[in-house]
Formats: sequence, structure tokens, C-alpha cells
Amino acid sequence: MIKTYDLEANDFTAAGSISSDIKKIAKSYGMSVEMIRRVAVACYEAEINMIIHSHGGQIQLNVDDDWFTIVFRDTGPGIEDLELAMQPGWTTASLDAQSMGFGAGMGLPNIKKNVDTFELLSSPKGTLLRIGFRQKGESV
Amino acid sequence: MKLQSMIGLLQATPVTVNDPYIAFKEYLYVSCTDLMSDALAMICTNPAQTILLTGLANGQALRTAEMMDINVIILCRNKTLSEDNIDLATSMEMNVFTTSLPMFEAVGLLYKEGLKTATRNDDQNL
Repeated sequence: MIKTYDLEANDFTAAGSISSDIKKIAKSYGMSVEMIRRVAVACYEAEINMIIHSHGGQIQLNVDDDWFTIVFRDTGPGIEDLELAMQPGWTTASLDAQSMGFGAGMGLPNIKKNVDTFELLSSPKGTLLRIGFRQKGESV
Repeated sequence: MKLQSMIGLLQATPVTVNDPYIAFKEYLYVSCTDLMSDALAMICTNPAQTILLTGLANGQALRTAEMMDINVIILCRNKTLSEDNIDLATSMEMNVFTTSLPMFEAVGLLYKEGLKTATRNDDQNL
């Protein structure tokens, strides 16, 4: 199964609606409650990151027998220093984002904590985040 | 502590209630923050017995609770939801209350009644 969503930058009204849909899909695949929560939290953090920091992009969900994979692909401006971005508490979020309850610098570390696979690539042309969850033998 | 008692203690009023039996359910834990990133970064001990206590009255507080499987939010300082967010809360079957108390006082009252922190900081595992 493959499902693709378009995401607009700074659209806080819709923020979380894609993650909510993906959470429902995870439920429909009979995942455990704990696993569904991990999917939802990681997905929501990544969706919020795209809304706050990117020029917009796409989120694609891929489900097969073994893996539940979500790919977040935006069109820039990229993450300048990936190592810094992975440090808890480090943030470049605007005051607007912070007033919405986000931008504490916990997004990427929290995503990594909840997933089985984590791949992050970035350039000024865009950022690609691929996260995966093993459907069997739930780990983390 | 039954939610009904908690509501009485905090003199809270309903903003939107989507489970008619919610007041009779037992809650043991409180997740207390205005920063949703912090709420999401912590591990929820038992979401079915956890309330989110926050001063953030927007869709992101609702979404954060939804992602964490929490179904009761208490807003501090007389905050309430917009009509759009009441609709969103209804679609999620979320139950939202508001109290005039500031967060510090609300937390203090709940702590004195024996409620525990819902989350533990897991930074060392990041």
C-alpha cells in the first residue's frame, strides 16, 4: 500500500491531520497500541517540522508485510547542520512556531527515539527523512 | 481519582465533552506542559488514565493528546477552544475542560491529592 499527502508550509490549521490519518491506517493494520503511538508521535513531530521549517513538500506512506515506512520530502531550505539539529534542545524555530507549542528542539531526537530505522539527508534544495517501523518483532 | 472529583477540586467547567461517562472514569496521572514538543518527547505511563493539563488552547494541544492516546485535557487560566477546535475535539472524541486556576495552583492541588506525573523525562535515551 502506498499513500501520498501534500503538505503546505506554515499551515498550522491542518497540522497533524496527516499524522492522524496515518495513525488510523496503522490501527487498521492491527499494530499494538504501543506501536501505533510510536508511529503517531514520530509522524506528528516530522509533520510539524516540515510545517515549521520547510517550503512545503510531500509525505508518503509505504506499507508492506514487514515494514511501515514514512518518507517526508520537502523542497528546502534544508538543515544547515545535521549534527546540531539532532541535539536535544537545539532549535531554529520562529517565535510563531513556539507560540503554537513547538520549537523546543526535541523533534528530531524524539523521532529517532521512536523508530526502528532513521535516515536523514539534507541540502539547500530539500530534506528527506525516511523512518521505518518493523511490523513484526516490535523493537525500540 | 475520578475525573468528577478532579473537576470539582479545580472548579473546572466543560468546554466540550464527548464521552458521557468520562466524569466517572479514574485518572491517576497528569502530563503538565505548555510545550507540546516536551509532551511528545516524554513517555506516557498510561494514557487511558492520564490527563493533559496545559495553558495551550489550540489545535496542536488537541493533536498532541490524540497522538498520545490521551482523551482528557484541562485548560488553565480560563482558556477555551475556538469553535473550529471544538469541532476538531468532537471529531477526536476528546473531552476538554477549563479552570480559572493558573497551572501552578492546579498542579499543586492535584499533586496533594496523590496524582502522579504521567511522564518521565527520557532525555538520556535520546
